[in-house]
Amino acid sequence: MATIAANLPDIGLTKPLLSVSGVTLQYKTRDHEVTATYRVGFEVYPAERYVVLGPSGCGKSTLLKAVGGYLTPTEGSIRLRGAIVKQPGADRMMVFQEFDQLLPWKTVKQNVIFPLLSSGTLRGKAAEERALDYIEKVNLTKFADTYPHTLSGGMKQRVAIARAMAMEPAILLMDEPFAALDALTRRKMQDELLELWDETRFTMIFVTHSIVEAIRVGSRILLLSPHPGQVKAELNSVERDAPEREEAIRALETRIHEMLFADTVETEIANG
Amino acid sequence: MAKTLMAAVRPERAGSQVDAANFGIVQRPLSAWENVWNQTWLRKVVILIVLAAIWEIYGRAVNNQLIVPPFSDTIKAFFASIADGELPAKVWTSIKILSFGYAMGVLLAALLTTLAITTRVGNDLLETLTAMFNPLPAIALLPLALLWFGLKPFSLAFVLIHSVLWPVALNTHSGFVAVSTTLRMVGKNYGLRGVGYVTKILIPAAFPSILAGLKIGWAFAWRTLIAAELVFGVTSGGGGLGWFIVENKNVLNIPYVFAGLFTVILIGLFVENVIFRTIEQRTIRRWGMAS
Repeated sequence: MATIAANLPDIGLTKPLLSVSGVTLQYKTRDHEVTATYRVGFEVYPAERYVVLGPSGCGKSTLLKAVGGYLTPTEGSIRLRGAIVKQPGADRMMVFQEFDQLLPWKTVKQNVIFPLLSSGTLRGKAAEERALDYIEKVNLTKFADTYPHTLSGGMKQRVAIARAMAMEPAILLMDEPFAALDALTRRKMQDELLELWDETRFTMIFVTHSIVEAIRVGSRILLLSPHPGQVKAELNSVERDAPEREEAIRALETRIHEMLFADTVETEIANG
Repeated sequence: MAKTLMAAVRPERAGSQVDAANFGIVQRPLSAWENVWNQTWLRKVVILIVLAAIWEIYGRAVNNQLIVPPFSDTIKAFFASIADGELPAKVWTSIKILSFGYAMGVLLAALLTTLAITTRVGNDLLETLTAMFNPLPAIALLPLALLWFGLKPFSLAFVLIHSVLWPVALNTHSGFVAVSTTLRMVGKNYGLRGVGYVTKILIPAAFPSILAGLKIGWAFAWRTLIAAELVFGVTSGGGGLGWFIVENKNVLNIPYVFAGLFTVILIGLFVENVIFRTIEQRTIRRWGMAS
């Protein structure tokens, strides 16, 4: 259980919940071996909203899948509470970008209950109560008995979030969960996610390619550079109760933008 | 005289909203006729009645019982042979063999596809076997089956298994392969492995293809059975619905031949419209996987 990250500031919290050290990820296509990330290291502490931000092709989703246990690093290690991550498991619940992540043959309630039962976390009445509790937290009580195909995209993502949170996982992995939503719904979902965090203080890794979303949702931001993904910087986001928050957000946005596009001539500010 | 190309700046405006309670009609109930015509079963019954009427008229026009007995004579023969218990007994013989062969075929298909998705060799095995045996007409195996198993019902069951196994395995496998990566990852995320993963994620997710395979398998089995009985019945002197048809043809009892064919059709309609339809409505339609 080697402790790393001597170059990171000591933030005075307990031990890191998740430590990723020197992780190189490669995958094979038909005729190439692609390096998605190269020696990426970071640590996530309890109750952090840790955002992985980068342009497409920086391997951020691949990195998240490796934390999820879907692929093994060619180099380096991923440890959750000191134990090496080897395979997918219910202690790292994932929320995917795609709307088809809900099981179409189960109602909203059954979808939320299913992982509780199949992983043996809870059974019977207790599972149902927990599920209904989290369905209420995402304001879908009215739709508990409907099938997913009757829900809108935003509602489906809320079910997916409720399903993941009901498991009360050690860490919540979010793979661009709001990317396929329209701008108005996305904004609303970001606020709701923060409200949920205020209530339950879960730990999450949130992958996104939107700078604005990263600043809004995250408490700490890991910037990756593309081809292959390497750590460019690790920043603190703007506190949610900071004075003159909007200005601070805009300043940070410009700063991140300059860092990401330092080697290109682009200067305009992305307004995702 | 030249008009300006740009429209003048227009004032902003606020819409006035009417409370929903003050709307006139938001939903209009459908008329009685529309409600009736929306019933699928009713439309199908109308089609059947029209077909029966055409048959009746044509049968009377031909006026030859040995070529085309009219619908009414067929129905008379049908009820007569139900009344004397002959037809139900033949149907029962056929159904018994059919359900055994069908169940065995589906079971083997399940084993083969589970093997195919869990191992690479299993996948190669399934692909090779289906490529070899799927085009082989089941009825062509009957002489061999008779040689191997003798004049026993199992010979028929063997041929049935052959006719069910390959289409069901092929459809199930392609359904498994097409399950979205996201759903697979979701299943793995729950910590599901092996049998649990197949039964709780892959089978429901692939259910539209599986159901299509079961339907095709059913049709193949039913056809094969009747065809096999036409041959097999002659040699054993007893049998099911196929044998009923041959027997009556031999004594030129043509309305009874038609009654036999009619029964085959009725059972086909029942299985398709009642059994498979109910399964479909309770599963893939309710889940939004089929419209």
